Amino acid sequence: MKWFATPSQLRARGVVGLNQRNSDYIMRYNPRHLYPLVDDKVYTKRLALEQGIAVPELYGVLSTQHETAELDRIVETHQEFVMKPSHGSGGNGILVIDGRLGSHYRKANGDLVSSAAIVHHASNIVSGMYSLGGASDQALIEYRVQFDPFFSHISYQGVPDIRVIVFRGVPIAAMARLPTRASDGKANLHQGAMGIGIDLETGISKGGVCNDEAVDRHPDTGYETTGIKIPHWDEIMKLAIRCADTVGLGYLGVDIVMDRDRGPLMLELNARPGLNVQIANQMGLYDNLKKIESIDQLPDGVEERLAMAKAA
Amino acid sequence: MGNITVKVWAVLLAALGFGIFAHKLFNIGLPLSPEQSAEVWTVQARIAFNGGGGPAKLGFFIPTTTPGLAQLDEDFISSRFGLAINGEGDNRKAEWAVRRAKGLQTLYYRISVARSDTGFSDWGSKPRFPSIPEYEEPYASAIKAIIEDVRSESADVQSYVRELLEQLNSLQPSENIELIRGRADTHKQWLEEIINLLKGVRIPARMLWGITLSDAANNANLQAMLQVHNGKRWLTFDPASGDVGIPANFLSWRVGNEPLYTVEGGGPVEVVFSVSKNYRELIDIARKNAEANNSVIVGFSLLSLPLQNQNVYRLLIMVPIGALVVVFFRTFIGLKTFGTFMPVLIALAFRETQLLWGIALFIMIVALGLMLRFYLERMRLLLVPRLTSILVIVVILMVLISIITNELGVDRALSVALFPIVILAMTIERMSITWEENGQREAMVQGVGSLIVACVGYLVMTNESLMYLMFVFPELLFVILALSLLMGRYTGYRLLELRRFRAMVIEKDKN
Repeated sequence: MKWFATPSQLRARGVVGLNQRNSDYIMRYNPRHLYPLVDDKVYTKRLALEQGIAVPELYGVLSTQHETAELDRIVETHQEFVMKPSHGSGGNGILVIDGRLGSHYRKANGDLVSSAAIVHHASNIVSGMYSLGGASDQALIEYRVQFDPFFSHISYQGVPDIRVIVFRGVPIAAMARLPTRASDGKANLHQGAMGIGIDLETGISKGGVCNDEAVDRHPDTGYETTGIKIPHWDEIMKLAIRCADTVGLGYLGVDIVMDRDRGPLMLELNARPGLNVQIANQMGLYDNLKKIESIDQLPDGVEERLAMAKAA
Repeated sequence: MGNITVKVWAVLLAALGFGIFAHKLFNIGLPLSPEQSAEVWTVQARIAFNGGGGPAKLGFFIPTTTPGLAQLDEDFISSRFGLAINGEGDNRKAEWAVRRAKGLQTLYYRISVARSDTGFSDWGSKPRFPSIPEYEEPYASAIKAIIEDVRSESADVQSYVRELLEQLNSLQPSENIELIRGRADTHKQWLEEIINLLKGVRIPARMLWGITLSDAANNANLQAMLQVHNGKRWLTFDPASGDVGIPANFLSWRVGNEPLYTVEGGGPVEVVFSVSKNYRELIDIARKNAEANNSVIVGFSLLSLPLQNQNVYRLLIMVPIGALVVVFFRTFIGLKTFGTFMPVLIALAFRETQLLWGIALFIMIVALGLMLRFYLERMRLLLVPRLTSILVIVVILMVLISIITNELGVDRALSVALFPIVILAMTIERMSITWEENGQREAMVQGVGSLIVACVGYLVMTNESLMYLMFVFPELLFVILALSLLMGRYTGYRLLELRRFRAMVIEKDKN
């Protein structure tokens, strides 16, 4: 592999760079006043519930240092749960507990942590350690997704999710994100998770990317990642479209998880989705963005826009 | 707002910045680099007289207008004497007075001038036309003949005077001229004769006294030139050659034929002029020059601030340049840094510690701080108290480094105290969080990115010529603003993206 691509090669493949993403899409289509809708996960979840969008169940919210003491009580009835900062970014500060052992909690990677440790984690979240600018924050405690067994043999720990990029209410690209050993169970590509491009029309996986390099096997499990048909594909796409309609952001990343029992659930929304989806799909975003941008009046119906996305 | 608006603004701002810049460069003559210097002439008049024991008063003419030269400084050294400066027509007079003057009294007047084509100045007075004097015979008819003779060969005041001087200085003078020449024994008397002659045609004329500036003249004398008024302004002639205009390096001192000095309660007076040449920075000259012209633009410059404030701005005005470096690295290269402008602040700290020591100390403190920060992590402290603890640790580390290096005799490392401790503490905190959340690799990438940007920022921000340029021409900030506007509309790829997305190109080529 060569060290550098030339700008003309990338342009020929329709690759959108960060500068262009920021100035031509995020700044133009994402009004700043709508950011709190997606940056505040508690708010996003409440909004989604109002609109009847499927999300993981909310167990509790800790807003003050004082409330962190109630953590044990909140999770009393739940063996498994996830705690995350309401204003976190990049998957930072997310704690996944998948069981208990006496008074200890077991993290997704098998480590045992004490009750004091997770209270401290909650306290860190509330004090703003993971929020932008260090402003005080809320800790969100919610249902831990039971991931669909169809992913389980490919993926290494953690919750794989599906990132759909929705532009003006029409999905333009999607990828599945599989946690790896290096990503510590997180599904974020810049932390070492693996991304797999998905064909929008069929929901069948294409090649993948890990640490900015094209791969077609999961780095830890060694399973082939191409040619897998993602179940409930139309449902996932429609969920993404409805999320975009709910928050009104023109350029949106919708993260969806597949739950064994409850089907696709919206996990979080991102007003500044990354560009790795292009490598995962081996396809730049620019052509699809231009196509959608050139249409003045997009249809209101979810089905029509799903059809548009599939035709693209 | 579209690209056009941004570009229009950028062009306007750049035009404004460059416009003021060009004006200061070409019209005011501010130099482009600090090294340029120019000749400065210092003329000193030493005035000595013997006091009679009672009150003494000494009047002494000093220069007012110095065409072709710009006045930079003026000093009066006159220990016990009170000093008053009065304007007298086109002249200026210094009046020294003292209640009791006994024995030798010495006073000094010193003026520094430099050549200047921009600081135009002229004598403002408009004299009345003199009445035709009653000439005595036999001179009356000689004068009349000369006047008539010259008039026939001239068109205006200037050509008249030139023709007159030519005839008077002729090597084969006429009888009439011989007669006039016979009346004047000294140069001064000769000039008085010429002025008297000019009265016959009602042309106002006077003497201009001045000093020729030549290197190390310790006993220079005032020389007299002829000035005539042509109805609009004073024209200066060299009475010996008839040349018009003030010669180069001629410092005009006073006009008219009143005595150079007057003294009451003392005497006799001895005046000695001395001239010396030295070199001074052009910037000083331009500044004084602009002050003399009441230039608004220079008046509003940083140079007019008190010196200690100037030094603050010398630093402050470089911060936008450093920020421009950050913009460049982030938008065009794609380097990641801790915080947007933290590299600028690190670069500012490097200014004090020098680059290599700065990098070494920075890495040392951040590394030590990071290790202790990981230990603090285990204590589960709240955010703000933890930050405070890191701050305290940073200060302790700095104190230790200073003391140890002092013992070892490495005094450079003492400059560690000049690092902004809050910046160090924040760096450690940000780095440790990045380390834990995004891994060691990401923390290193951002740390190295910050250091690279800080180093380049330091090199740019400490560039002497650039510092000088920004300080003397702060309007270039408009140009920097224009540049950052344009950079803000750059939507092309970042250099590191060409690497990041390289996998896409290869795959396609295989298919």
